Amino acid sequence: MTKPRIGVLGIQGAYARHAEMIVLAGGESEIVKYREQLDGLDGLILPGGESTTMTKVLGFRITHDDILDFARHKPVFGTCAGLILIACGVTDPRVRQLGLIDANISRNAYGSQKDSFVSEISLEFDRGVPFHAVFIRAPLILSVGGSVTVLSVHENAPVLIGSGMHLGATFHPELTHDTRIHRYFIQTVKEVKDGKTTRSQ
Amino acid sequence: MKKGTYEVKVGLAEMLKGGVIMDVTNVEQAKIAEDAGASSVMALERIPADIRAFGGIARMSNPEMILKIKEAVSIPVMAKCRIGHFAEAQILQEIGVDFIDESEVLTPADEENHIWKKDFHVPFVCGCRNLGEALRRIGEGAAMIRTKGEPGTGDIVEAVRHMRKVVGEIRRLTILDQSELMAEAKNLGAPFALVEWIAKNGKLPVPNFAAGGIATPADASLMMQLGAEAVFVGSGIFKSDDPKQRAEAIVKAVTHYSDPSVLAEVSKGLKDAMAGISAAGLDDGEKMAKRGW
Repeated sequence: MTKPRIGVLGIQGAYARHAEMIVLAGGESEIVKYREQLDGLDGLILPGGESTTMTKVLGFRITHDDILDFARHKPVFGTCAGLILIACGVTDPRVRQLGLIDANISRNAYGSQKDSFVSEISLEFDRGVPFHAVFIRAPLILSVGGSVTVLSVHENAPVLIGSGMHLGATFHPELTHDTRIHRYFIQTVKEVKDGKTTRSQ
Repeated sequence: MKKGTYEVKVGLAEMLKGGVIMDVTNVEQAKIAEDAGASSVMALERIPADIRAFGGIARMSNPEMILKIKEAVSIPVMAKCRIGHFAEAQILQEIGVDFIDESEVLTPADEENHIWKKDFHVPFVCGCRNLGEALRRIGEGAAMIRTKGEPGTGDIVEAVRHMRKVVGEIRRLTILDQSELMAEAKNLGAPFALVEWIAKNGKLPVPNFAAGGIATPADASLMMQLGAEAVFVGSGIFKSDDPKQRAEAIVKAVTHYSDPSVLAEVSKGLKDAMAGISAAGLDDGEKMAKRGW
């Protein structure tokens, strides 16, 4: 069986680290900078970085609409700034969101870098071992819609959420060596690719 | 829950990869930089070109000015302290800057010692001219390394020299025999444990950015192709005739650094870059890169 091919949006941010994690988690990875690359992919990750920078450069060689089209049929995973882009609720004109996940997000809600932190969290789909989560100037999920499944919480706020085939994290699984969340996403990608998705849109 | 760990410090540096960090001196410039797609801004009272022209002692910027910029933008805000001036760094940490640049652009406060950066919760970036200098700074706790280049000149030659030196020395370490590493650590003047780590991994343990003399989209692309993971642009943007367009062009040039068609497209229509001064024409005493060791 061929490995699922996962793209990582390579406009700005920690895209190289995600690409490494995909390979460790059993997928093939590709850094995506052009819309033409989307055709060959089974899933897409929007990495952490700055959502204002990504908003600015999206529209140049790959657009919001290209990603929206892709997300109609294929899974998308956003981490930190990437989650901000795929969610909703941000009124700042500097950030244009895709609205793939019905979750209201507040940017840099924990404060500046001195309030960035690490914490052990529990994953709903694998509770045995805690996940070492790295939160960098993280966004806060204020509320989620009925279509959203909460997969992990930190201090009563959701930090890992799923909606249909899409996935979002306010922290950075790519900065650890723990591949469980990437493997979870790759599993969804495989199910959608094989047409036997258990997670409805 | 833990804050201010090394992992958290390097984490922010990781998020800045593939982006452009722009020097700004007021709120208006900070907004232009953010709108153009900067991934971070460096708040300082005078950009390096003006520090050169102005002379005198260059110190940490006024905290009030830094705070105004912090309020105006949502991207991370960096600020500079003098080499070895840990009290300036304490103040910058206190007011909540996201990253401190212990910078040779300012007048050094200590000619022997750099700041012991492990005492701080806030991450530091430090300049280097070669691998030994990079590893000494990482040994002190720096979470990001950048080339020194020759700030405020618009001349890329020193940044190229420093990046090629660092990348070349890393490459050399990867082909040495274990028994040769201690002698090489001695030659580099670098902590042995870090030398050993690099011999095994073939890269720095923290992100490696370019700074000093970047003035055009082509300069940014050159540094990225030589191995930089992001670029700082100091005087190059707001000393040019078209800051907004140039800032946007350099952001796109960093995303698409290896695509000449994009580089050609974004370079078209730009007005004059900063006039600049040749780094080769500077006396040793005028070279900022010579500050620190």
